[in-house]
Amino acid sequence: MTAYYLVAMALLVVAGFFTARSRAFSIAGGHPSVLHSLPQYHGLYTAVLIFAGMLALFALGDPLVNWLARSAALKNLPPELAGDTLRSEAFLRDVINVSSGSFSSTDKSELAAAAQSYQHVKTIGSWVLLLAGLVLGGALLMFGSWRVSRRFRARNAFERAVEIVLMACAAIAILTTVGILFSLIGETYRFFFDPAIKGKPGVLDFLLGTEWNPQAAMRADQGEISTAYGFLPLLTGTLLITTIAVLVAGPLGLFSAIYLSEYASSRTRAIFKPVLEILAGIPTVVLGFFAALTVAPYIRGWGEYFGLDIASESALAAGLVMGMMIIPFISSLSDDVINAVPQSLRDGAYALGATRSETIKQVVLPAALPGIVAAFMLAISRAIGETMIVVMAAGLAANLTFNPLDAVTTITVQIKTILVGDQEFDSAKTLAAFALGFVLFFITLALNFIALRVVRRYREQYE
Amino acid sequence: MSERAATAKALDVPRVKDPKKAALLRARYRAEARYRSYGVISLAISTAFLIALMSNIMMTAWPAFWSHYLVIDVPLKAESIDPENTRTQDVLRSADYMAVVRTALDEAIPGIEGRVARKQLREVLSSGAADDVRSLVLADPGLIGKTVKLPLLLSDDADLFMKGVGTRVERTATRGIANPSATAGEATILTSGDDFAPLLTEIKKKAAERAAALRQQADRFEVHSGQGAHDSVAQLRAEADELQKRYDSPDFEEVLDSSVPSVLIEINDGLVKAARITGRAVTGDVLIPLKSTDPAQAGAWRIVTYTTPESSRAVGDRKVAFLDRFANAGMIEKTFNWRFFSSGDSREPELAGIRGAIVGSVLTLFVTLGLCLPIGVMAAIYLEEFAPKNRFTDFIEININNLAAVPSIVFGLLGLAVFLNFFGLPRSAPLVGGLVLALLVLPTIIISARAALRAVPPSIREGALGIGASKQQAIFHHVLPLATPGIMTGSIIGMAHALGETAPLLMIGMVAFIVDVPKSLTEAATVLPVQIYLWSDLPEVAFKYKTAAAIVVLLVLLFLMNGAAIWLRRRFERRW
Repeated sequence: MTAYYLVAMALLVVAGFFTARSRAFSIAGGHPSVLHSLPQYHGLYTAVLIFAGMLALFALGDPLVNWLARSAALKNLPPELAGDTLRSEAFLRDVINVSSGSFSSTDKSELAAAAQSYQHVKTIGSWVLLLAGLVLGGALLMFGSWRVSRRFRARNAFERAVEIVLMACAAIAILTTVGILFSLIGETYRFFFDPAIKGKPGVLDFLLGTEWNPQAAMRADQGEISTAYGFLPLLTGTLLITTIAVLVAGPLGLFSAIYLSEYASSRTRAIFKPVLEILAGIPTVVLGFFAALTVAPYIRGWGEYFGLDIASESALAAGLVMGMMIIPFISSLSDDVINAVPQSLRDGAYALGATRSETIKQVVLPAALPGIVAAFMLAISRAIGETMIVVMAAGLAANLTFNPLDAVTTITVQIKTILVGDQEFDSAKTLAAFALGFVLFFITLALNFIALRVVRRYREQYE
Repeated sequence: MSERAATAKALDVPRVKDPKKAALLRARYRAEARYRSYGVISLAISTAFLIALMSNIMMTAWPAFWSHYLVIDVPLKAESIDPENTRTQDVLRSADYMAVVRTALDEAIPGIEGRVARKQLREVLSSGAADDVRSLVLADPGLIGKTVKLPLLLSDDADLFMKGVGTRVERTATRGIANPSATAGEATILTSGDDFAPLLTEIKKKAAERAAALRQQADRFEVHSGQGAHDSVAQLRAEADELQKRYDSPDFEEVLDSSVPSVLIEINDGLVKAARITGRAVTGDVLIPLKSTDPAQAGAWRIVTYTTPESSRAVGDRKVAFLDRFANAGMIEKTFNWRFFSSGDSREPELAGIRGAIVGSVLTLFVTLGLCLPIGVMAAIYLEEFAPKNRFTDFIEININNLAAVPSIVFGLLGLAVFLNFFGLPRSAPLVGGLVLALLVLPTIIISARAALRAVPPSIREGALGIGASKQQAIFHHVLPLATPGIMTGSIIGMAHALGETAPLLMIGMVAFIVDVPKSLTEAATVLPVQIYLWSDLPEVAFKYKTAAAIVVLLVLLFLMNGAAIWLRRRFERRW
């Protein structure tokens, strides 16, 4: 039925366009310049009118028909299910499956009767909706062609419609943010405060707890179950890996940027800029594979050589590879801010007899510092939110440790572990992933916000 | 840059007479050189990492692009495929081709007795070999009744052995005349020469080395763990002494277990695996039956060594023996692994391919591009050309910049909560994957489209407005076409980003094991990076190579996309 409606809509839209346009031509009588708007704008105006009107009718009418059909089906609800929302939902699902023919075991008479009345209402409703759509579309077509006149400003009206569409597209960014906040905050609220969720922690237990063990929450029949949603080991694990990554990438990325912008000839730049860009473009799943399969065993073997016991999923391996991931990030952002420092400052330093490294250390870097700090913060936020490298190279054991040779786990690894596979949306375990996601979102948002503020606050104005 | 370089050049010549000042100057120049070298070292490390990564993956991937087939005569007997002579597709499809393949194998190496041995022989071939025969017969039923030479796919570990991953096979010539005691079961081979002496010495030397290693371990253990580990230290020492004793007595018979390289005797067209060895005699199981117990002349029989101990490889001695026999008879054929590109996922590494994942990726990117490009471009036009400077516009801008920095896994959570749970869209579907990725790359596309629009000089707009175009006509007819190459470049880079993205797709269930190639947007599917993740988690060794091969395909695709973006930029970019 939906397909019929859409086809009717498309046909009416096209018909509207041509009717109004030809009417505009005939009114103009061979001299389109007597019209305020070009004929095609009259056509477009009518087409938009029909499209918007019929779409709105469908958006209202289709849910209405569905609701009517559902309530018709619910009249046949077996009395023992009345009041039990969960089971009557399941009954409705069965009804819909039966009436769409994908589910043939109609052994229960109530189900068959319900399916029949559902189907009945739905068919009638759809036809009525289609008819209403046709009437509305026809009326709008008539209205649109009636409005065609020499003085009617069809172009302005059409352009206003276009501008609304453009604005709606721009507003999708807001919708996305709202969607993220809605999903994260909603589930996080349920995780902490919904009385129907069993085994949930208090807010303080979550933020300050030192033990993370969501797996035990799976089986409700075990009586006394020891679940723990202490967030601290995940935070320390994340911070440990991030710290290693920044210790690796910070100096390497910064010195690369300094060399490329201050020392390198344009030929050297032409070689090494693409190298860093390629490094930036490598998917993290590839880096994770390399970390888990090559770097981690190598570090382990190297540790054995020195008599150190290194976990095969050590934080060191994940951190090193993650450092490699954020090198291009730090270097390109730092490169930009270093290049933004005006040449006159350097010339001044050279004129005083400073060497190049002295100029860089004492003039260029201090001037570029806010930008560099912002670059580091953005890189840290990137490292904290990175998932695949740690999923593949870091462990699952939530150890509260700062030893880089141990296995640690991170926020993102736990989110992935909890949510991949079967999940029920009423368990504390699943909701815990959303709480973790909320914390992750909050941390990265705060870092970005601070980075922006740092840049704005401390930026030197040179011109 | 040249300006800076010139300034620095002028500083290069120090002419100072005071030795104190000269020393200071030298120190400053040394600091300068040091500082410069930090930059060089940093770049070198990044480059070295990139090279190590690429070469490691290429080298791992290379074997996966080839596959080995056993080419043997397969008797397609009518009584085993279609005994009632119906020749209907149903009968032909449901026939037991595994049995057909088994018969062919038994004829290739006759005389293999015993359940274990026969199973090992069968396991040389992939379970897909029978399916290949099936589709061949279905395509041409006229083959029934004939004996056809067919390539049969090897199983994953057999294939890896042919690629040199299992073990090396070494053959040593012999000097004495050998006398086998039996053709099957357990056989002893006596030689008139001292043929086994070097082997024996070698094995004893290994034992001595192991004894030394054990002793060292015991010493370290004692130092590190003190009193508590007394028993285990004593045990280690006893073991070491045992090994040492074997080494010290040269005539002592050695027992070969699976922790030392396997020794086999190739004699009279058969193969005997050595279990016990002395300088002149070898005793062990017959793996491939001997033709006779006739004495073999020097040179007519050989000692074969599989250098990797049996316990540290996936493919057992028996299988190696069969494969080695096939390889020497020229029955193994190596071809490019087209199956890798033409089939979907599978639990069997030799049958697994990436077609399903590639189609899934294409469908997903199709949705992403279809949503992202119009929405992104329209949003960019609004923000760049129409938006009044007010708080609402500022809010949108802040939002876009923040979204660009939100971790991708959070977008996965959004997709799970909103698209799957709230709107009830199907799990694992390219449609939902495309939606999530569209939201993920939208900020990138908006930012690059805005930059492209901003690069079109105002004179274009002013010219259009000047001859009476409306603002929208100026933008859609004049500015947008000029900004198109820039927008395309940004979109391709955004799509490349989406192609490599994994984490958000894990959240919406695109990790299922899916054999079929998806056909619609709502069918369960997986994408290339997720396939890489899934394979990297599997225990079979062969999947490690497959993973690397899939990575190579992914990297090639990304390389092509970025290359196209660079080409577009070079070709169409205009500077005003």
